Amino acid sequence: MYRAEVLVIGSGPAGLMAALQAADRGAKVALVERDAHLGGQLLKQTHMFFGSKEHYAAERGFKIAENLDAAVKDHPGIEVFEDTTALGYYEDGVVPLERGKKILPAAYDALIMATGAQENTLLFPNCDLPGIYGAGAVQTLMNVHGVVPGNRVAMVGAGNIGVIVSYQLLQAGVAVPAIIEAMPDIGAYHVHASKVRRMGVPIYTSHTVVSAFGSEQLEKIVFAEIDEKMNPLPGSEQELDVDVLCLAVGLAPLTEILFQAGCQMAYVPELGGHVPLRSDTFETSVPGIFVAGDAGAIEEASAAMVEGKIAGMAAAAGLGYGKEQYEKDLANAREELAKLRNGPAGAITRRGLEKLPHPGEVSG
Amino acid sequence: MRIKEHPLLEFKKGNKVNFQFDGQTLQGFEGEPIAAALHAAGVRVLSRSKIHQRPRGFWCAIGNCASCNMRVNGVPNVRTCTEPLREGMVVETQQGKGELNV
Repeated sequence: MYRAEVLVIGSGPAGLMAALQAADRGAKVALVERDAHLGGQLLKQTHMFFGSKEHYAAERGFKIAENLDAAVKDHPGIEVFEDTTALGYYEDGVVPLERGKKILPAAYDALIMATGAQENTLLFPNCDLPGIYGAGAVQTLMNVHGVVPGNRVAMVGAGNIGVIVSYQLLQAGVAVPAIIEAMPDIGAYHVHASKVRRMGVPIYTSHTVVSAFGSEQLEKIVFAEIDEKMNPLPGSEQELDVDVLCLAVGLAPLTEILFQAGCQMAYVPELGGHVPLRSDTFETSVPGIFVAGDAGAIEEASAAMVEGKIAGMAAAAGLGYGKEQYEKDLANAREELAKLRNGPAGAITRRGLEKLPHPGEVSG
Repeated sequence: MRIKEHPLLEFKKGNKVNFQFDGQTLQGFEGEPIAAALHAAGVRVLSRSKIHQRPRGFWCAIGNCASCNMRVNGVPNVRTCTEPLREGMVVETQQGKGELNV
């Protein structure tokens, strides 16, 4: 049996910060990542972060990942398990770690779930054709592996991810003939949206994909204008020859292991779907199990980093580490988080969090 | 298609290796995901669905969704979006849920 004081599952922005924070306070930490590299979605983010300097503004995600990767690997209090999958949560709390076809059962005093999210899809005829990919997948293929997804890409979603990935496609020399957005307004920051528009990409608001066509792979889509009830307006259909349709239609928390651990969950669409109830220190309804980042609510990487920090310091404090600084550090981190959610972009998250009960407020 | 020049990024690649895809010899770089090498070679159909045999391609790229599962060196259900490419690998389009030859 392997033993850590704090076991962190997932090494995206939340997990990296949680591991560093807990270890800085003196806890013996294990950080588990199923991918071959630490960093999660930061690895493929080439855009500059917004916000203030303490939230990595003007830094690019993959650079932040490089720095945090070095910090955790140099830390004497952190053992890093790359290429290792946390397979589940056993009744006695043991988490089996699969590495190189071997299972290492792990026990811990506190567990931080920073498992991230998966991409949402859209339903329309032939939505399963090869060539229809998640925006995150396109970023991975292109920005991490240097392979373009195709020659002509239609993007669905004019939120930050849709618009930023469109820009990255253009940077990689790929044509983007349309960005299609169901809402009447562009959700992305205006600086990004105007950049792609200046590069000649039309953004069709109040439009959706009606159907995809192709025998073995995507060859064409039909998209149309929609009314307030999301019904296509007859006669507004347009055809577009594309070999890739990229879907940037939101994310859903990866919560299998939280469900398995018996954490109380709630369905809150504003936070991305089923999410665990959590306290102000990100402890779930199961004492000693914390959540941080997208696994707990879909937000930006900068918020995930602060959540990781809070979960890491709270987990360590629960084990008696870093008690003297704890109240002050916690108050500062909570203030940072409130600041990050304070703009119009944080309105949906704020509304969702108001709906999410604290553990103990509901039975079951 | 591979990106030759990028304004921000440099792609560090391993050695060029040969591998088999459904009987053809293709080239890719050691250590990159099998699905990335296939994509670069223009192969986008990776498996067939269980009931209707519909073509399946890449979807999530993070080893989560099973859409890219293929048979690799005789082993079915290998997540090719994360499995690193090695010299001489035998990669096959997977039919349905795959069968393990024991």
